[in-house]
Amino acid sequence: MMHEMTSKPAKSSLQQQIDENLKKVYEEALKEEIPDRFKDLLAQLKAKEAGK
Amino acid sequence: MTVPAHVLPDPRDEIALHLPALRAFGISLTRNLSAADDLVQDTIVKAWSNIDKFTPGTDLRAWLFTILRNTFFSDKRKHKREVADPDGIHAQGLYDKPEHDGRLAFGEFLRAFDQLSPEHREVLILVGANGYSCEEASAMIGVAVGTVKSRTNRARAKLAALLGMEAGEAILAPDSGETLAVMSRSGAQAA
Repeated sequence: MMHEMTSKPAKSSLQQQIDENLKKVYEEALKEEIPDRFKDLLAQLKAKEAGK
Repeated sequence: MTVPAHVLPDPRDEIALHLPALRAFGISLTRNLSAADDLVQDTIVKAWSNIDKFTPGTDLRAWLFTILRNTFFSDKRKHKREVADPDGIHAQGLYDKPEHDGRLAFGEFLRAFDQLSPEHREVLILVGANGYSCEEASAMIGVAVGTVKSRTNRARAKLAALLGMEAGEAILAPDSGETLAVMSRSGAQAA
């Protein structure tokens, strides 16, 4: 029951929640759309390489 | 899997695959989108021109992360621009009651995370969020494994302190009265 889950705040509970939130921080950042400038930059670098 | 070197794909063609992770790491370190983008840009250029230093078959993402974090910390040393919190808005009032289900509120967590030093954010993101081992993180950061471990522990403790909690403290779990109240309200709180 609920009581059993909350009566003993295991030490790991804090760590677990911290880790869950850290993953969320990272996942939120992962969701940011990648600007085209990076793909353009890679294409540019590749073209320069090919032109050597 | 042993593939002759000349058949191996050019690792540079795989950089694009790691851009989201690289950028997320940059955002986690800088907590600033445009600073993160500048970092990613520099990282791409450096990775491209130093690809001969990458050992094919090893973890390209970890290699890119290393370049990004080295760039970040060396820029920071050069410019010494400490991004202060001008209004001190984050300095106090961090601790709010946990959300009604007793879980740590993400907004509170983010504000605490933003207050950490980049060094602390770095280990937490590498080890806590990305699941790199302390050994792998140690190779990326360029410090001893023991340093990664103690830094990670300190970073966690600092986070907990910023959130108004001590490790192992009961604040995260709702007390029984709160639980009952929440349980009886829960239907109405779906929004």
